[in-house]
Amino acid sequence: MNELSLKSVVLSSDKPICLAILAMGGQGGGVLADWIVEVAEQQGWHAQSTSVPGVAQRTGATIYYIELLGGHHGATPTLSLMPTQGDLDIVMAAELMEAGRSMLRGLVTPDRTVLITSTHRSLAVSEKIVPADGEGDPELVATAAGIAARRLIAFDMQRMAEAVGSVISASMFGALAGSGALPFPREAFEAAIRGGGKGIEPSLKAFSLGYEAAGLRQVAGPIRKPISKQFAPTPITTGHASLDAIVGRITTGFPQALQPMLLVGARRLVDYQDPAYAQQYLDRVAAFVARDPLPGHAIGQAAAKYIAVALAYDDVIRVADLKTRSKRFARVRQEMGAADQQLLQMTEFMHPRGEEVIGLLPVHLARIIQARPALFRFVDRVVNHPRRVRTGTIAWFLALYAVSALRPMRRGTLRHAEEMAHIAKWLKCADNVIDTNPRLAAEILATRRLVKGYSDTHARGAAKFDRVLSAVPLLEPRPDGADWLRRLREAALADEQGKTLEGALRTIATLDHL
Amino acid sequence: MAERSFRREVQDLKLGAGAEFRGEGILAITKALLQSGVGYVGGYQGSPISHLMDVLADAQDVLDDLGVHFESSASEAAAAAMLSASVMYPIRGAVTWKSTAGTNVAADALSNLASGGVIGGALIIIGEDYGEGSSIMQERSHAFAMKSQIWLMDPRPNLPSIVSAVELGFQLSEVSNTPVMLEMRIRTCHVHGHFIATDNQKPAYSLQKALANPRRDTGRIVLPPATFVHEKEKIEHRWPAAVAFIKAHAINEFFGPETAELGLILQGGLFNAVLRSLQQLGLADVYGNSQVPLYVMNVTYPIIDDEVAAFAASKRAVLVVEEGQPEFIEQAIATLLRRRDIQTVLSGKDVLPQAGEYTAEVLLRGLRSFIETHDRHLLGNAAPFPGPDAILSDPAIRALATVVPPRPAGFCIGCPERPIFAAMKLVEQELGPRHVAADIGCHLFSILPPFNIGATTMGYGLGPASASAFNVTSGGKDHRPISVMGDGGFWHNGLTSSVGNAVFNKQDGVILVVDNHYSAATGGQDILSSRASNPGRQTNNSIVAAVRGIGVKWVRQIDHTYDVARLRDTLREALTTPQGGPKLIVASSECMLNKQRRTRPLLAAARKAGKRQVTERFGVDEDVCTGDHACIRLSGCPSLSVKHTDDPLRDDPVATIDETCVGCGNCGEVAEAAILCPSFYRADIIHNPTTTDRFLARMRATVIGWLQRRRDASRIVFPESTAS
Repeated sequence: MNELSLKSVVLSSDKPICLAILAMGGQGGGVLADWIVEVAEQQGWHAQSTSVPGVAQRTGATIYYIELLGGHHGATPTLSLMPTQGDLDIVMAAELMEAGRSMLRGLVTPDRTVLITSTHRSLAVSEKIVPADGEGDPELVATAAGIAARRLIAFDMQRMAEAVGSVISASMFGALAGSGALPFPREAFEAAIRGGGKGIEPSLKAFSLGYEAAGLRQVAGPIRKPISKQFAPTPITTGHASLDAIVGRITTGFPQALQPMLLVGARRLVDYQDPAYAQQYLDRVAAFVARDPLPGHAIGQAAAKYIAVALAYDDVIRVADLKTRSKRFARVRQEMGAADQQLLQMTEFMHPRGEEVIGLLPVHLARIIQARPALFRFVDRVVNHPRRVRTGTIAWFLALYAVSALRPMRRGTLRHAEEMAHIAKWLKCADNVIDTNPRLAAEILATRRLVKGYSDTHARGAAKFDRVLSAVPLLEPRPDGADWLRRLREAALADEQGKTLEGALRTIATLDHL
Repeated sequence: MAERSFRREVQDLKLGAGAEFRGEGILAITKALLQSGVGYVGGYQGSPISHLMDVLADAQDVLDDLGVHFESSASEAAAAAMLSASVMYPIRGAVTWKSTAGTNVAADALSNLASGGVIGGALIIIGEDYGEGSSIMQERSHAFAMKSQIWLMDPRPNLPSIVSAVELGFQLSEVSNTPVMLEMRIRTCHVHGHFIATDNQKPAYSLQKALANPRRDTGRIVLPPATFVHEKEKIEHRWPAAVAFIKAHAINEFFGPETAELGLILQGGLFNAVLRSLQQLGLADVYGNSQVPLYVMNVTYPIIDDEVAAFAASKRAVLVVEEGQPEFIEQAIATLLRRRDIQTVLSGKDVLPQAGEYTAEVLLRGLRSFIETHDRHLLGNAAPFPGPDAILSDPAIRALATVVPPRPAGFCIGCPERPIFAAMKLVEQELGPRHVAADIGCHLFSILPPFNIGATTMGYGLGPASASAFNVTSGGKDHRPISVMGDGGFWHNGLTSSVGNAVFNKQDGVILVVDNHYSAATGGQDILSSRASNPGRQTNNSIVAAVRGIGVKWVRQIDHTYDVARLRDTLREALTTPQGGPKLIVASSECMLNKQRRTRPLLAAARKAGKRQVTERFGVDEDVCTGDHACIRLSGCPSLSVKHTDDPLRDDPVATIDETCVGCGNCGEVAEAAILCPSFYRADIIHNPTTTDRFLARMRATVIGWLQRRRDASRIVFPESTAS
C-alpha cells in the first residue's frame, strides 16, 4: 500500500533560496527585506518575507526571513515562515556581533551559506556599562566566520552608507547585489530602490558603494580592532631649551624600550603643567628604572605610564584649560559637522562642589576652611550648584579662562598637596616590595588604572584602589602575588559597586590560610 | 497619529475585484473585513495586530464611504463588549487584540457574548503572541475558545487562506450564533504575500438601521433562567450547526495520498513549517505535494469528530502537531478515538516538545522520530538533511557565546523615559533600594541594564495595584514602594484598578505615571491624554485632572522629564512626605520616535525656507572623559557609546556620542544631577543665523580668539606630533 502511494506522488526537487537578515530595531531591516522581495517579484519569482519585530523594534536584535523561488512551475509554492538551521543560502548581518549571533544560532553552515556582514560595531548596553573595556573581541567573529561561512563578504557598510548620507540597509542591499548570490541583474536591484520610499538618491549611492565593495573584492575586509596607540616620534628639536633638555634626558638616561612611553608622559605633563613638572616625573620614574630587575623593564614601563597618569590628575584648572583651547573650538565644529555659514554655541554641564573650590585654594587657607565644618558647608552651599556654562560667550569664557590661568599656582593648592601625598604613598608601596617581589611592584604601579572620574566616581575609584592595595601585605610573600593583584584589579573594574572585588578579596583572605 | 503612516496601505484597502493585493498578512485581514461587509471594527493595539488598527485609523474616508464604524477601543474589554451590537442585529462586527494578554482583559465580555450568542457575524482577530518575537506570557488562546465555546480558526499562513477564513468565519458565526476567533501567529501577521481582491461590501444591515429599529429579547440576556438555556443551546444547536457548516464548506483540508500507513493532524497555522520539515525528510515538495497524508485543521475548535475519526481509522499511526500547551486537540482526539474504539496509535507531545514554539528544527526532529518509529522505510532513500550540528560543535563557533552580547529591546535614542529612571536610580543611591512594581509598556525596559529597576509586572495598568499589599506602616516611610504605570496602562484600566484602588484603600506609596503622549510601545497610537489634536477623537484629557477627580490629594505634574534633578527631588519628596495615601507623579514628555517623525519634516522645511533654527546635539570632550562609563550606567542610550582612543596613557575606552543623537538633554542633565563629570557639552547649531546672531558671534570670536592666541603663544609645548 505504501509503495503504491509513493508512486502516486511525484515530488519536485525545486528549492527556494533562503535568506535571513539579522538586524537591530531601527536599522531598516524591514526596508531591506521589502527591497529584496520587490526585486524577486519584479523578476517573476515567488517571494515571501516574514519578521518577528514586536518590541525588538525598540533597539533589540531581530530577524527577518525571506524565501525566493523561481516561478517555472506556475504552481504556487508553500514557503516557510522561519529559517531552518543549516538550510540558509544567504545570511545578512547589519552589525558584526549580529553576524556572530547568526553563527551561534546555526544559521551559517560551510556547505551553503554566503555570509554578508557589516564589520562595524554598535556596542550593546552590557558592553558599555563595564567601568573598563567591556567590548567583545571582534576577532572571534572573524575567526568563526572563516570556518562557518561558505563565502564571507565583510566590510563596514555603516560608514559607507553614512558617507553618502544614507542608511545601512542601502549599502547592505548593494553588497547583496554585488555578491552575486542572487541571480538578478544590478538594474533590477536599483529599480527596487527607485520603486518607492524616501532618500532614493542617497540610497542608490550607498547601494553602488556596497555593490562595488562586495563585487570587486569578493573577500572579507579587515575586522576592526581597537585603534592602536599612537606614539609620537622623538622630536629632534623642539624649539625650546627646557623641552630639549627633557628629550635629551629621556634619550640618554633611559632604556630605549621605555622612551616612547616616557615621551608621551613628558609631553602630557608639559601640557598639563610645565617642563619642570615633567622633569619631576622623570625623577620618579628613574628611581624605579634603576632598581628594575624584570626583563623588558616591566616596572619601568608601568612607572612611565601610570606615574604620568597620576601626576596629570583631573582638576578644575585642567578642565577649564581644556575647555577653552582654540583647538577644541575647531574640533567641536568639525565633530558636529557645522557648515561655514552656521553658528555653533557650546554649553558645558558643570557641577562644581565645595571640595573642588576649596581644593583650588592655597593649602593653609584650605585647611582652615576644612577645619571648620560650618564654614565648609557655607562654601559648599554657595558653590554646589549645576552650572550651564556657555563657553562661547565672553563672560563665561573669561570665567573659565581665569580658572585655567591658575595653572602656575597649581603646586600650591590643597588638591595638589593631597594628590602628591597619595602618589607618594602609592609609590612607596611599590618601592617597598621591589626587591622582594618585583612583579608585584609592577602590578602595584598598574593599579593606578582604578583611579579615574570626578567627584563620586573618583571617590569610588580611589576607594577601590585602596581596597586592592590593602591586599599587598598578604600577597608580598607569595610568588604568585603579582597575578593575584592583577586579578584584583580586573575584579575592581568588573562592576561599579565593587562586588566582584569584595569576592576576590575574600578569596585571597582564604588563600592565605591554606 | 501612529508611528508609521499607512497612506499607501490605505490605497490597498480600496482595491476592487480582480486587482492583486500585495502586502502583509494583517493588512490582508483588514481588506478581507471590508470585502465581507463588516459593519463595525474595534480593538486595542498591540504587536502583532497594531497595523490592522493603524491602517483603519488612517482610512477614515474608505470607512465613511462604506458606512463602517471604526473605534480605537479603550481596552480589549471595551472592544469585546462592542460585539454586543451583533447580538440583536444582523450586523457583522470584528475586533482585534494581542492574545492572550488582550483576551484575558476581554474575557468578561466574551463570556457574556458567547452565552447569549449572536445573530450578526462576530469575528475576533487574535494576534497570537507566542514564540520568538513575543512580548508576553506564553499561553494559548485555545483555552478561551473552549471555555466560552467560541469557535477558533487557525488558517494556513498564506494570504488567500487567511482572506477566505475571514469570510467563512463570519458565515460560521452567523449559522451557529457563535462568535469566532481567528488566530494569527506573529509571523503570519507579518508575512508578505498576495491575493486577488474582491469588491468591498457595504454592511447588509447598517448600524443606523439598528438604532432606528431597536430590538430586545430577554432570552438573549445573560441572566437566569436564560443562562441555563444558553448552555443547552450551545451544545444542542450551535455546536451541531457549526460542525455541519465546517464539513459542508470543507474548511479543514486534506493533503497527500488518500491511503497510507501514517498521517499527520496539524493546526492550519503550522502547515508551511510542517511541509518544509517533510521536504527536508524527502517526503514533500515546495508545491505542497506530500507523501504523507495531512489533515489540516483550519478550524481547531470545534474538532470535527467524523473527519478526524475517518482520517485516523485508515492509518496505523497519526501524529498530532499542536503548538503550545496543554495539548487540548490531542487530548480531544484521544478521547474521540477511545470512545469510537479506533485502535490507531496516537502520537503528539510524546515526540514533540510539550512547551515552546514549534520551530523548523523542533518539527524536523519530532517528525523524523515519529516516522522512524512507525514507518521507518519511508525515510529510506532520502539523503540525510545536513543540519548545523557539526559547525555548532566547532570550538571557534562555541567561543562566540563569550562575545556575542544579549541585545534586548531598550529605550530609543532620546527616549523621555530614560531620564525618569536615571532619576529613580539617583534616588535609589540616596535613599536605598526599595520595592518597585512595574507595569506594561516601554517603561518596562527599566528592568534591564543599565537601570535594573522593577521587581514585578502583573498586567496592563496594574502596576500600582500590584503594590497594594505593601500598604503597611511597619516598614516606615523609608521603604515606601514605587509603582510605575504608563499613560497607556493608566487609561486602559489603571485609573480605576490602580489609582482608584489606592485612593480607596489609602495606599501609602508612590505612583509614577509615565506619560509619553501616546500608546508608544504599540506604535504610537493616540490615547485620551495625547496632546495632539485628532479630528476623530477627543484628546488632551488631563491625567492630573482624572486622578484628582478620583481623589488623589498629592499630585505632581512634571512636564519635562529630561529635568533629572527636578524628578529626583520630586521623587524624594514623594517618598519622604508625611502625607498618607497615594503620592502620584505624572512625568510627561513626548515619545521621541513620534516627536521626531512629527517635527523633522517641519523643521527641514523651515530651514529650507531660510528661517532661523537651532538644532542640538551632545558631544563628549574625550580628553576630559576618564573612561569610567558612569554616565552610561545612568543612560544606556544607543547614541551614547564608548570608543578606544590612540592615547597610550589610557587603558579604557572613553565615552562618545554619535551623530544619531537628537539632543534630548539627558546626558547633560544626568552629568549635572549625578555630579558625574564635565566632559559633556551640548552643541547648538544655528541654521540661518540672523544679523544679530552673526554680529554677536563676530564679537565673541574676536575677544575669545585674542585670548586664545595669547595663551597659545605663551604656552611651552612640544610641537604637534606628526606621528602616523
